[in-house]
Amino acid sequence: MAVLIILAVFLRIKLRKMEDVPKGVQNAAEAVVEFFQNFVHTTGGDKLMGLDPWIFTIFIFILSCSLIGMLGVRPPTADWATTFALALATFILTLGMGFRCRKGKYLKSFIEPNPIFLPLNIINEIANPISMSFRLFGNVLGGMILLTLLYSLAPIFLRIIIPIPLHIYFDVIMGALQTYIFCILSLTFIKGAADG
Amino acid sequence: MQDPLAFIIACAHFAAAIALLNGIGTTFGDAKITVAAIESIARQPEAADSIRTTMFVGLGMAETSGIYGLLIAIIMLFANPLVNIYLSHIGG
Repeated sequence: MAVLIILAVFLRIKLRKMEDVPKGVQNAAEAVVEFFQNFVHTTGGDKLMGLDPWIFTIFIFILSCSLIGMLGVRPPTADWATTFALALATFILTLGMGFRCRKGKYLKSFIEPNPIFLPLNIINEIANPISMSFRLFGNVLGGMILLTLLYSLAPIFLRIIIPIPLHIYFDVIMGALQTYIFCILSLTFIKGAADG
Repeated sequence: MQDPLAFIIACAHFAAAIALLNGIGTTFGDAKITVAAIESIARQPEAADSIRTTMFVGLGMAETSGIYGLLIAIIMLFANPLVNIYLSHIGG
């Protein structure tokens, strides 16, 4: 968190004067923002263009949460409350975008193809945030438990050497992959609600 | 049976091991998804981007059942509800 706040303050000071022709820090910041706009546009289509700040936020947050596990502390995403809060925000966003883009048709999609399917459709919607939060939580927690076991098992002079490749795998590779999956699943669910 | 608490804990460990067995199915599912994605990319390289996106979504979906097994194993080992039920049972 502290790293993110420091980065935000740094960018705020550096970007006080915007220029038409970007250079230096402004150039890098614009490249990142444009990358996420393209990502949202290619995955979500025209209707979801306003969503790239939200996707950018959860991407940076989950990625920094996973990477902070390399310092030896418990990652914040290894707590179910964090991941469930993120997934719940996505769920509310899904409902909101469904109502905004399709109005009554979105409500009608719950009783399709038949009114008997109403409870099934509701369960289907509620299962999304739960499975999404459990996926991220389980991955991070599994990696953390394995590393903790290894730290307590290894002899004291090998504790520096052995966990390094596992840290690279669990924190960097799996962290980035799970972050990507979380973002792309959020986009897919919101797109499914908005487009139908 | 001399110590029922030891029996409960031993059964919980067996349950955790059985819950983790679903990793077999999850791994086969992941392998199938990846094989299909690689074959389609090799057949149609220009559609690689959309295939890769769909593959990651599918991998995430398929991995969920494995994650559930892991969570059940963790609950069995570290937050077992049966031990508390037994302790309150003999306590009062």
